[in-house]
Amino acid sequence: MSAFLDMGGYAAFVWPAYLVTIAVLVLNIVWARGSLKRALAAARRRIAPPEDGA
Amino acid sequence: MRWTWFHRLASPPYLYGLAARLTPWLAWPAALLILGGFYAGLVIAPPDYQQGEGFRIIYVHVPSAWLSLMVYVTMGVAAAVGLIWRMKIAHAVAASCAPIGASFTVAALVTGSLWGKPMWGTWWEWDPRLTSELILLFLYLGFMGLRAGFDDTQRADRAGALLAIVGLVNVPIVHYSVIWWNSLHQAPSVMRFGKPEMPPAMLVPLMILLLGFMLFFAALLLVRVRAEILQRERAANWLREALRA
Repeated sequence: MSAFLDMGGYAAFVWPAYLVTIAVLVLNIVWARGSLKRALAAARRRIAPPEDGA
Repeated sequence: MRWTWFHRLASPPYLYGLAARLTPWLAWPAALLILGGFYAGLVIAPPDYQQGEGFRIIYVHVPSAWLSLMVYVTMGVAAAVGLIWRMKIAHAVAASCAPIGASFTVAALVTGSLWGKPMWGTWWEWDPRLTSELILLFLYLGFMGLRAGFDDTQRADRAGALLAIVGLVNVPIVHYSVIWWNSLHQAPSVMRFGKPEMPPAMLVPLMILLLGFMLFFAALLLVRVRAEILQRERAANWLREALRA
């Protein structure tokens, strides 16, 4: 296991590279879902019936 | 009636529903392929005879770099379709591509830098491949910044589309830079005619990841296009139905 983590001495380069890529993958999911959620909320507000006194 | 599918795709309610139904069918295979590909790349693939274990950066670098270009081509073509046929949906696709493409360009640059340091002895070099990839990032950021500068969506669409189309010139420059100029970056060893240079045990994980990343992009695009459609369709009747569902 420690040999695997050591990556033949390249650990300081291999693991950050994977970490950055996984972060980009995860952030893309978060961002895309966030933008859909915001757009849905905004669309709901737009088509909501006008409130009394408005 | 051969063109009906094309016209249906241009209809926001149809595309909104289709995108919602298709997303899981792309997202789950993408997740499985990416997880399996990382495992195969880190554990199953043999070490390189020159670079040892350090070569495993290829499995994050090449799929990211591939997407950075593929997303740009998608964006540029969508922008052109939107401009020529005045198709709102195409502009929505182009706008959805930019943040995805920019993020994978960052991934390609950072993983490339992390690969360059141990192999070339430098984090960065003003080399044709590296420089043109950096310009790709600025094109994405410029596209997003330009769009954000307009309040009117239609004007943002048209101005952004022009920039995206002009920027397409950079795509072959990135791709062929390693062949046209004397570059520090290695020449393509996968995407080329004839036999790939890599043995199957190294190549198969990379192919799995390339497919996984492309499906991942498709799933992200569908989610983002739905958001764009919702923002663009002001108080349309179908919105009511879409939101009720």
